[in-house]
Amino acid sequence: MLERDTQTERNRRFARGNRRSLLIHAVLLVGSFVFLFPLAWMISTSLKPIEQTMIMPPKWIPEPVRFLNYLNAVNYIPFFLYARNTLTICILSTAGMVLGSSLAAYGFARIDWRGRNIVFVIVLATMMIPFPVTMVPLYGIFRWLHWIGTFRPLWVPAWFGNAFNIFLLRQFFMTIPKELSDSARIDGCSEWAIFRRVVLPLSRPALAVVALFHFMYHWNDFMGPLIYLIDQKTFTLSLGLQFYQSQHGGTEWNMLMAASTLVVLPIIALFFLTQKTFIQGITMTGLKG
Amino acid sequence: MTRGERRNLRNGLLFIAPWVIGLSAFVACPIAASIWYGLCDYSVLKPAVYVGADNYVELAQDPVFWQSLRNTLYFAALYLPLSTILAIALALLLNTGVRGMAVYRTVFFLPSLTPMIALAILWMWMLNGEYGVVNHFLNPLLAPLGLKAPDWLQTTTWAKPAIVLMSLWGVGHAMVIYLAALQDVPRQLYEAADIDGASWFAKLRHVTVPLISPVIFFNVVMGLIGALQVFALPYVVTGGMGGPARSTTFYAMYLYNNAFKYLRMGYACAMAWILFLIVLGLTLAVMRISRGRVYYAGT
Repeated sequence: MLERDTQTERNRRFARGNRRSLLIHAVLLVGSFVFLFPLAWMISTSLKPIEQTMIMPPKWIPEPVRFLNYLNAVNYIPFFLYARNTLTICILSTAGMVLGSSLAAYGFARIDWRGRNIVFVIVLATMMIPFPVTMVPLYGIFRWLHWIGTFRPLWVPAWFGNAFNIFLLRQFFMTIPKELSDSARIDGCSEWAIFRRVVLPLSRPALAVVALFHFMYHWNDFMGPLIYLIDQKTFTLSLGLQFYQSQHGGTEWNMLMAASTLVVLPIIALFFLTQKTFIQGITMTGLKG
Repeated sequence: MTRGERRNLRNGLLFIAPWVIGLSAFVACPIAASIWYGLCDYSVLKPAVYVGADNYVELAQDPVFWQSLRNTLYFAALYLPLSTILAIALALLLNTGVRGMAVYRTVFFLPSLTPMIALAILWMWMLNGEYGVVNHFLNPLLAPLGLKAPDWLQTTTWAKPAIVLMSLWGVGHAMVIYLAALQDVPRQLYEAADIDGASWFAKLRHVTVPLISPVIFFNVVMGLIGALQVFALPYVVTGGMGGPARSTTFYAMYLYNNAFKYLRMGYACAMAWILFLIVLGLTLAVMRISRGRVYYAGT
């Protein structure tokens, strides 16, 4: 008797749980539809002949599927040149950012020196300053150096590290046991050797996060190239896309969508390749920043 | 100071030396110069001429300045609460132990990877009044009510909400952060609440929100600083014009135009310092409001 009661009770609870999870799935599916819709629309439009881009109700799978749009899109602007420019800036500045930030982070996390904490507060304080405050004088400095129109303003400053990444890496470096450094020191390692042979190899996940996010930032950056690049041959993809669109007067949407797809694709591919590091990174940057 | 201490000081300073050099060259000197330029008539082409507080006086009388400030505060006031609520709501749904969580997480996160410029172009196309797919779906829903969907980006009323909408599409980034925070909330607390017969809402209010409050606080502050500097999206959408009728001229856009279009760099610096004060003021206000409401475990 008692046995059967608990059984029905369990069934009822199971049914309730099921209904609840169905409801959650329903909401999430609607949400997924809304969130994926624009991307799907972009890809769909990128494959349409121009006449079909304006047809309502929309045809999701165009007939015929026009891959030619992609060829036209990359030929309309010097797409591969812009891709190379973007990559050059991304790689140079990412390499510098990882090195510069980890050096400073090591100085703050692993060496105990007088005044360290006060200086570290300055690092944190610089995060509060909005970019427009330094924008004009920076332009003046780069102009004085004759760097305007080159890639240099976009990657050289990265080699000195930035506050946010220093902070992030410092947090990570502090979790590495002190004993490792101490035993290396007893073995006669210099501070530099400890940094290179002990701390850096152990910090690969954190370094990957910094590299990934910095790379993404520069891939998507619009304001920097807009300010510092002049010659169209030096443009990055984000500038190139805009230039392409204004030339077109916003008419040939299929080509624009094809070009946009090509800009988005590498980032999405990068995400899928590094998904774990990525999610880890967001959590790190968002929780402890 | 012992020999070891002296050695540590030397090594520490050596390690942070690159950052110190970068800080002086690319942050400290520019800040000092920016204060000075704010008091000057400066066009980068000619040496700066000191004009006292003229830039600030002129700003106070510049209607475009005030409009850009209003637009920006409007944007922040709409975007910040909406994005926070949406991100937390999605994270809560994903944290129910629902099957396929990782897939949903990826789906909601993907749009936030889209480069700003591609995002802007895509949404311009979708929000087009005549050919846009959004209105195509919206109009049949509004028709029974006797309403018609607006030509989003071409009307002064709807252009700003349209930009908020576009920005909300990138909410997946914050969602992932909240989700991670939710997963850190100890199970036992919910079990204890269950034993006390707490409702779903009571658990949300008394367990979940307090425990993730540091994360909410951090995200709101960062979101606020970002929202006040919104630039790339409206700049691309309006071709740098901030139209229609300056309804999407945001603060950073007007600042950029002053500096690099009109070459009024002194004026732009003055604007930048006002922005700094606004950011500082609002951040302090958020800190004040949240004092005693943000719960830090272990402190």
